[in-house]
Amino acid sequence: MYDIVIVGAGVTGAMTARELSKYNLKIALTEKCNDVAMGATKANSGIVHAGFDAAEGSLMAKLNVKGCSMMAETCKKLSVPYKNNGSLVVAFSDEEKEHLNVLYERGVKNGVPDMKIISKDELREMEPNISDEAVAALYAPTAGIVCPYELTIAATECAVSNGVEFIRNCEIKGIRTVADKLVLDTTQGEIETKYVINAAGVFADEIAKMAGDDSIHITARRGEYFLLDKSVGNLVSHTIFQCPGKMGKGILVAQTVDGNLLMGPTAEDIDDKTDVSTTNSGLNNVKTFAAKSIPSVSTRNAITSFTGLRAHENRHEFIIGVSDSNKRLINAAGIESPGLTSAPAIAQYIDGIVKNLFEGITPRDDYNDTREAPVRFRHMTDEERAELIKKNSAYGRIVCRCETITEGEIIDAIRAPAGARDVDGVKRRTRAGMGRCQGGFCGSKVVEILARELNTQVNEITKFGGNSKILFDKTK
Amino acid sequence: MINYDLAVIGGGPAGMAAALKAKECGVEKIVILERAESLGGILEQCIHTGFGLHYFGEELSGPEYADKFIELVKQTDIDVKVNTMVLSVSDDKIVTAVNTTDGLIQIKATAVILAMGCRERPRGALQIAGTRASGIMTAGTAQKYVNIDGYMPGKKVVILGSGDIGLIMARRMTLEGAEVKVVCELMPFSGGLTRNIVQCLDDFGIPLRLSTTVIETHGKERLEGVTIAQVDDKLQPIPGTEEYIECDTLMLSVGLIPENELTKQAGISLDRITNGAVVNEMRETDHEGIFACGNVLQVHDLVDYVTLESQIAGQGAADYILGKNAGEKVYINTVPENGVRYIVPQKVNIKSKDDVKLYFRVGAIYKNKKLTVEADGKVISSKKKVKLAPGEMENVLIPADILAGLSENSTIKVRVED
Amino acid sequence: MKKQMNCVACPLGCLITVEYEGNEVLSVTGNTCKRGEAYAKTEITNPVRSIHSTVKVIGGIHPVVPCKTSGPIPKGVIFDVMKEINKVTVNAPVKIGQVFIENVCGTGVDIVATNNDTGK
Repeated sequence: MYDIVIVGAGVTGAMTARELSKYNLKIALTEKCNDVAMGATKANSGIVHAGFDAAEGSLMAKLNVKGCSMMAETCKKLSVPYKNNGSLVVAFSDEEKEHLNVLYERGVKNGVPDMKIISKDELREMEPNISDEAVAALYAPTAGIVCPYELTIAATECAVSNGVEFIRNCEIKGIRTVADKLVLDTTQGEIETKYVINAAGVFADEIAKMAGDDSIHITARRGEYFLLDKSVGNLVSHTIFQCPGKMGKGILVAQTVDGNLLMGPTAEDIDDKTDVSTTNSGLNNVKTFAAKSIPSVSTRNAITSFTGLRAHENRHEFIIGVSDSNKRLINAAGIESPGLTSAPAIAQYIDGIVKNLFEGITPRDDYNDTREAPVRFRHMTDEERAELIKKNSAYGRIVCRCETITEGEIIDAIRAPAGARDVDGVKRRTRAGMGRCQGGFCGSKVVEILARELNTQVNEITKFGGNSKILFDKTK
Repeated sequence: MINYDLAVIGGGPAGMAAALKAKECGVEKIVILERAESLGGILEQCIHTGFGLHYFGEELSGPEYADKFIELVKQTDIDVKVNTMVLSVSDDKIVTAVNTTDGLIQIKATAVILAMGCRERPRGALQIAGTRASGIMTAGTAQKYVNIDGYMPGKKVVILGSGDIGLIMARRMTLEGAEVKVVCELMPFSGGLTRNIVQCLDDFGIPLRLSTTVIETHGKERLEGVTIAQVDDKLQPIPGTEEYIECDTLMLSVGLIPENELTKQAGISLDRITNGAVVNEMRETDHEGIFACGNVLQVHDLVDYVTLESQIAGQGAADYILGKNAGEKVYINTVPENGVRYIVPQKVNIKSKDDVKLYFRVGAIYKNKKLTVEADGKVISSKKKVKLAPGEMENVLIPADILAGLSENSTIKVRVED
Repeated sequence: MKKQMNCVACPLGCLITVEYEGNEVLSVTGNTCKRGEAYAKTEITNPVRSIHSTVKVIGGIHPVVPCKTSGPIPKGVIFDVMKEINKVTVNAPVKIGQVFIENVCGTGVDIVATNNDTGK
């Protein structure tokens, strides 16, 4: 029997697993999909928000500002790239300019440091490609960027190294409360646990309901994005927001930590919580609104487009705490933006709850809250590369030409704790297939390496688990 | 640091022909750096026939065409390093590469020939809406799965783009037992060779839908279908023409892009239309001693032309290395006009002792037109053409004596006219 | 009768016009070479095609090795020939030109290897 089962290996679940792995507790991190970070975490803006958006006095505001202040250190410990590039909310009219003051005031109350409302001239100096229509901006220097799935992968690796068990392809079908425990009916069999932490993203309401808690209502809010080639990554240096509306923070234009340019998201509430398709109208909206901020941006440089689903709770607030309906259920629900930013703070907040649930809880002696940096051949000097290949010749074979990713790095990604099991998993961990040719050349090589490492046939390898197989039968 | 007279980057048909020509011209130390496990390049997976009719006068498969050159390379003392990826080419012609046996290699070369080939345009560039299901791949990737790895990448196939690889794959998949439902082409004409439309589509009753594109993909895990629609003359989908087609595979054959990352890194000027380097008649780039040939310079329709072009580059590199390229050079530009999209080479030395062939493509389908070459307001040649198509490379010869009569202010113009 | 066709003898793809009656070809125009004329004639009387595929190889570097028909075969037997090709298994090493099937489906044409596989 587990002490705790964390349901959902998104950034919330993974960061929570890492935090709690400091205790002598038996913990499982379960995930419905074939990999971590497959829901809202996989496809979002990757922005570390300063914290002026959330309502004053809300838990969301508190955890946002705290998470933002923790992010640099967290990323350093986990060897995850983080850049403190600051953000700008741009106003295009006097009315919007007024709204900047509202945001500023709220930010001050939320405890956001060093914000400044800047003039058109200052803005143009900071962002030479900004639209001429921009009249002013709110500058928040504490904002940053991070890769959401890299953070989640790293946090999971850290948690697993500290004894957490990662169970993939484990969908929860039902939850029974039996005396002093919960019995989870899952696609990987029955799992018994003293407590469940519900970090199930867009499905958090369904998980809560299984445990008898009807209080949560999550709507999947679709957000569509374009990812552009690195050649235009320098069009902006800060994250460029527009004034927020009812449905969220609007379309942003931002650099990613890898140097690509990201634009999006749209915001559209949908019924199907598994529908991550892009739409022509949504993508057109992204184009139109991104061009409002940065007129020279062009989707001619698009590498890919994608959709993410935010887990929007009716109250637009983080619902974190022991459920009123079931004392063995701890919810971490409604974690939409700024959920990524808040993740380190959410993990600490949940720690505060959990440590009171177990009498005589003790820390692990060998707890290590860091993760070693994976080999990144492309970032090395020629001398370092020569040394590396001498030690292991697999680093001398370039598999992905566009991003210069070696076979050694791909093998590392598969063999890592909670490692990659599919093509997209390799891609997220190594960037193989993420470049201009989008896996045209290296895709079949990656399939081959996966099959070899996992000791299976190439036609068993999937793009992202389930029935997403790449190949059918042998031709002969 | 290892010294070579000539480093050839890429061991496909271009690299091999260039290296062999340079050897024949007397260059001593030559190395070919190839990223795949063997020489041959993309020809290894092009198992259909149709290669070599011009150059060898016989119809060969890709591997057979490649093998003729592989055998010739074997008979020379040209060094070949396979599984070797070049990471950079510096201004002073130092080539940095890696492989599993030598580790990191640095080669100081007197001349460098860029022969890296091209890659296929991926889905992202197309911005097709819909799901991210598996089963969406470029035709070339599918070709490798079927012809080299021996696996079927799909059973019910829709192909977007009627470039030659797409057409060839329509037949390959059909022969191997798949059902190819339709080939959609955005443009009102096919970018592929006519013979391929006849023997890859017509023979098997596979419909080719012109002015049609895929606007959406369906299926959450494996692809389950696509929505296709007709497009107007601005290439925008026409509402009301949408049609759902059930399929498990979408193959993209929507264009090839020269792989010029190393070229760009080295600071070599590129042609905006070809996406290849700007070169003179010996295929030398604007960096002295660095040459380019094959599909990295311009996407060719026939490998035979790749071979011929690469021999020019090999000759040029040899002349450079052996100091035979001295003498006066006066470069003038070649200018594509009305209907002609680009011309390679972009610059021609009017002091050239040899005739110069200009290669180019037209931008649309033309019937019963003339290809006219003009310099200094005078028509050099004007050839009647029954048919001109964007899928087919054309060429015109500029005799050396005509070049000799031009001045430094001249330009050579090529155009399509009535 | 008149029929227009695109020649597939080489990548030029000439548009050829053939005049014929029944199986008798009266005239061929539009071709640029003799091969075009020959193509047009057989296309009317007995259309033929070359095909290519792969056969299974044991102990090879790759699981399959490519092959082709050594000459054109009647269009009508393409899928019968494919069935025969699919039955073949060879052992590495394989050399270009090696005959996998002689006189496939009685066409007088062989199935031959079009690449080498030196074996693992």
